[in-house]
Amino acid sequence: MFSFKRVVADLKVFGKASIRSKEGFFFTLVFPIILILLFGAIFSGGSSGPTTVYVQNLDNGPISAAFISALNGTTAITLVQAPANQNFTQYLSSHSSTDGIVIPANFSYDYEHSQSVNVTVYGNPASTTSAVVYGITSEIVNSFNLRGASATIGVAQQVAVSSSYKYIDFLVPGLIGFAALTSPMFALVNVSSSYKRDKIFKQLSLTPLTETEWLVSKVFWYVSMTAISFVLMSLTGIYLFGAHIVFSWGVGLFIVIGPFMFVSLGMLVGTATNSPESAAVVGNLVTFPMMFLSGTFFPVSSMPIYLQNVARVLPLYYMIEGLTNVMIYDNYYPALLDFLVLAVITAVIFVMAVRLFKWRED
Amino acid sequence: MSAIEVEGLKKSYGQLRAVDGISFSVKVGEVFSLLGPNGAGKTTTIEILEGLRDKNEGKVTVLQMDPWSKGYELHKRIGVIPQGFKFLDYPTPREAISYYATLFGVKVDPDEMLRRVILEEAANTYFLHLSGGQKQKLGMALSLVNDPELVFLDEPTTGLDPQARRAVWEVIRKLKGEGRSVMLTTHYLEEAEELADKVAIMDHGKIVASGTTSEIVASHGSGQRMTVKAGEPLHEYLVKSTKLEVGYDGREEVTIRLRDKDDALTALRAIEESGCEWGDLAVRRDSLEDVFLRLVGPGVAGEEEAS
Repeated sequence: MFSFKRVVADLKVFGKASIRSKEGFFFTLVFPIILILLFGAIFSGGSSGPTTVYVQNLDNGPISAAFISALNGTTAITLVQAPANQNFTQYLSSHSSTDGIVIPANFSYDYEHSQSVNVTVYGNPASTTSAVVYGITSEIVNSFNLRGASATIGVAQQVAVSSSYKYIDFLVPGLIGFAALTSPMFALVNVSSSYKRDKIFKQLSLTPLTETEWLVSKVFWYVSMTAISFVLMSLTGIYLFGAHIVFSWGVGLFIVIGPFMFVSLGMLVGTATNSPESAAVVGNLVTFPMMFLSGTFFPVSSMPIYLQNVARVLPLYYMIEGLTNVMIYDNYYPALLDFLVLAVITAVIFVMAVRLFKWRED
Repeated sequence: MSAIEVEGLKKSYGQLRAVDGISFSVKVGEVFSLLGPNGAGKTTTIEILEGLRDKNEGKVTVLQMDPWSKGYELHKRIGVIPQGFKFLDYPTPREAISYYATLFGVKVDPDEMLRRVILEEAANTYFLHLSGGQKQKLGMALSLVNDPELVFLDEPTTGLDPQARRAVWEVIRKLKGEGRSVMLTTHYLEEAEELADKVAIMDHGKIVASGTTSEIVASHGSGQRMTVKAGEPLHEYLVKSTKLEVGYDGREEVTIRLRDKDDALTALRAIEESGCEWGDLAVRRDSLEDVFLRLVGPGVAGEEEAS
C-alpha cells in the first residue's frame, strides 16, 4: 500500500543529504544562477527572436504574388501565410512571434499605376531577426522600384507588440528548462547506478519502502528544487537584466512536469546500465544534445531545418517552448499542447522506469 | 522450533551452479555461522533466505514463510546487514535511525539504539565521516530498528580493526542474549568459533561440513600434531627413519601427525637421534581453521560471488 508518510521520510533524508553535499547544492541551485549571470552579461543589449516571418497578403494581384515569391527566394527567412481576414497583431501574438509583413489591398494596382503604396513590416526593435526581416524587405522593395517607372513602394515599420523582447527574456525560460533537465537527470543517473553498486537499494528493499515511493520522493524533491531555481533565476533576470516575465499558473504546469520527466529519464538510464561509469556515459549522450538543441541558449528557429526537426523529438524542446509561450507571450493554447506532449512522454518514461527498477533479482 | 529450514536448495547463474543442493536448519535463538571461501555460494544463500533472490529448486522457509513470495511480510520481522554496509553520505546515525523507524512505522529512541551498538559518540557525525567499524555498527543499529526475531549478518567485521571487531562481537552476543536467532557469514574462523552455536562450511555451492565447531574438528580434523622448529634435514631424517606422517612448510617448521602416544615417543626419540638442530617443540590439536583449510584448500581468495 502506497504510504505518503514513507515518501516524506525518504524525502527528508534525501533532501538533507542533497543540500549537505556541496556538489549537489552547487549544481542544483547555484550553477543555473551562474549561467544566467554569465549569458545575461554576455548578451545584454543584444537580441534574438524567431526568424519565421508571417505574411498577410490583402491584395490579390500579380505584383503581390511576385513580391511574396521574391521574399520566398531569400534563404534567411521562412514565410508563413497569414489569413487575410484576421487582426494581424493578434495573429502574431497567438503565434508567439513578432516578425511579420502586411501587403496592403490594391498593392498591384497602385504599383502598376505608379501610385505610392507602403508595405508594413512588423517587428521588435530590439530583435536582430526583426532587423534582418526589415533589411530583406527593403532590398526586395528596392528591386521592385528599380523595375518600375518610378519609386512607388515604401516600407513602413510597425512595432508588433507593446513590450520589446530582449535576449534575456528568452534566456530565462531556456535556463529554467536547463535546470529542470540537468539537476534531476545527472543526480538520478548517478544515484540509481551508485545505489545499485553500493547495495543501498538492497538495503532499502529490506524495509517497507517501495520502489514507487522512493521514486515519487525524488520527483517531489526535484520539483521543489526546480521551483526554487525558477524563482531565483526569474528574480535575477528581472532585477539584474530587466527581463520581461509573465508569472502565471501555466508556469506551474511546466515546473512540475519537467522535473517529473527528467527524474524518470535519469532513473531509466541509471537502471538500464550496469555501472556508474556506463550510466554517466549514456546519461551524457542523452543530456547534452537536449541541452544544446532544445532552445536553451539559442532559439530553435534560428537553427537549420534538419536540426529543428531533431529538436522536436527532444522532450526539453517542449518544456522550453511551453515556458516561453507562458512566460513571454502569455500564450496558453500552444503551451497547453506542449504540456500535453510532455505529459504523454513523461507517463511512458515513468512507467518504463518503474517497471525496470526492481529492488530484487530473480 | 526452527527459524530457518533449507532443504535441497539450488541456484544457478547460467552455467555456474552457485548453490548446489544444500540443506540445513537454524533453531530459534541459535547463532548459526556459514563459512566458506569467496565464491562458495554464501551470499547467494543468504540473499535467497532474505527474499532478495529467487531459488531454482528446493524448499526454504524463514520464520515459517517462503521468503520470495512473502518477502514484504518477512522483512518486517528480520534484520539484515549486507556485506560492506553502505548508506547515503550525509545523514547522521541519529537521522538514519529515525528514517528507518518511520519506514517501519515503529517508535524507537535513536539514542537508545546507538547505545546498544556502542555508537553514541558518533550520533551526529555524517555517515561519510564514520570509520569502518562505526559504519558497521550503524548497519547493526538499523537492522535492529524493527525489533527483528532473526538477524542476518553478512561478513559484519570484514575490514575492521581488532578493537572494532570485538565491539561488533559484543553486539552479536547481546543479540543472542536477547533470544534472537542470528545467521552469520564470516571469513574469520576465529569469529565463528567465538560466536556460533553451529557452523556449516560451504565450498563450490555445497555444504562440506556442519555441526558444532567441536563436532566438525572431531570428524574432519587430524587429531594432535607435534610442531618443531627445525630445517629440511630433520624432515628428511624423520621421513627416512620412521613411519610417521611428517610435513615441512619450507619455513623452518616440521609437523608430525600424532595418532597415539607411541607416535609421540617415536618422534621425540628420532628428533634426538637425528643430531639436527631443533627448538620450540609444541603439541596441539586441530583448530576450526585447520579443518577449514583442509576441506576447502589454502587458496581461499577466489572469485567474488554474483551479486
